[in-house]
Amino acid sequence: MTLHEFLYMGGYAAFVWPAYGLALVVLVVNLVVPHRRERQTLRQIARQHRRVRRSG
Amino acid sequence: MFHWIHKYGSPKYFYNFSRRLTPWLGGITAVLLAVGLVWGLVIAPPDYQQGDSYRIIFIHVPSAWMSMFVYMIMATSGFIVLVWRMKVAEAMMRASAPLGASFTFLALVTGSLWGKPMWGTYWVWDARLTSELILLFLYLGFIALQSAIEDRRTAARAGAVLALVGVVNIPIIHYSVEWWSTLHQGPTVTKLSAPSITLNMLLPLLDMALAFTIYYFTIVLKRVRCELLDSESGSNWVRELADDKGY
Repeated sequence: MTLHEFLYMGGYAAFVWPAYGLALVVLVVNLVVPHRRERQTLRQIARQHRRVRRSG
Repeated sequence: MFHWIHKYGSPKYFYNFSRRLTPWLGGITAVLLAVGLVWGLVIAPPDYQQGDSYRIIFIHVPSAWMSMFVYMIMATSGFIVLVWRMKVAEAMMRASAPLGASFTFLALVTGSLWGKPMWGTYWVWDARLTSELILLFLYLGFIALQSAIEDRRTAARAGAVLALVGVVNIPIIHYSVEWWSTLHQGPTVTKLSAPSITLNMLLPLLDMALAFTIYYFTIVLKRVRCELLDSESGSNWVRELADDKGY
């Protein structure tokens, strides 16, 4: 099988590749969003904690 | 056993335990996805009727299975929330909703992309497609409900009731292809007799289904950790954790 044949998908490239592309996007977004949120939350809590310690 | 639940069900232990588990789950997901993609897109033969268009199955069917599996996890967590008020179950329920919505969305769109060349249309209002669309609205309704109610624990209980009521939709989705006449084909894999699909297509399909399942657990644990950090932000272990991380 050549690369061209592979990308051509027997004429169904316009349906197969968007399906796989969309799946990739959805999986990656679901990975990145909570990853950033966890770091953000920890940073925020540390900042608050520092402020409390300083004032107390 | 109750001692065990008490220990590992506490937010602190659950957080640390899930944190150690994540790299393993992520690694297994990556390997399964790589194997499934190569097998499904390159090694598996084209279908004798559908040509290469059938390869959408390796995304579509795992997504559709996950859309229902995640819902059942959400509803089970909802039951635990209502009966035992467990914080980890509240987090599990809330963490599952966006993932379930994502899988449902993927199942609908990939099905539509498969329907166009095979049925000649992107969408029909038949039982299978409509009940799956209702599932998407149930997930979105749950998410909206969580952000509409200020108090986290009240929101969790309200969401639990919604999740449990929505369970009625799951058998409707599953049996829709048998109860009503529909364009959607009947089950090929979960039939009681031997599955009507060749091993060279079935194995990559099962591989992808397993990959999606472990992907879900990888991400849902990460989301549960975010939920626990939010709800436990006042407790000592969270502060110490934040300080240790050097933020």
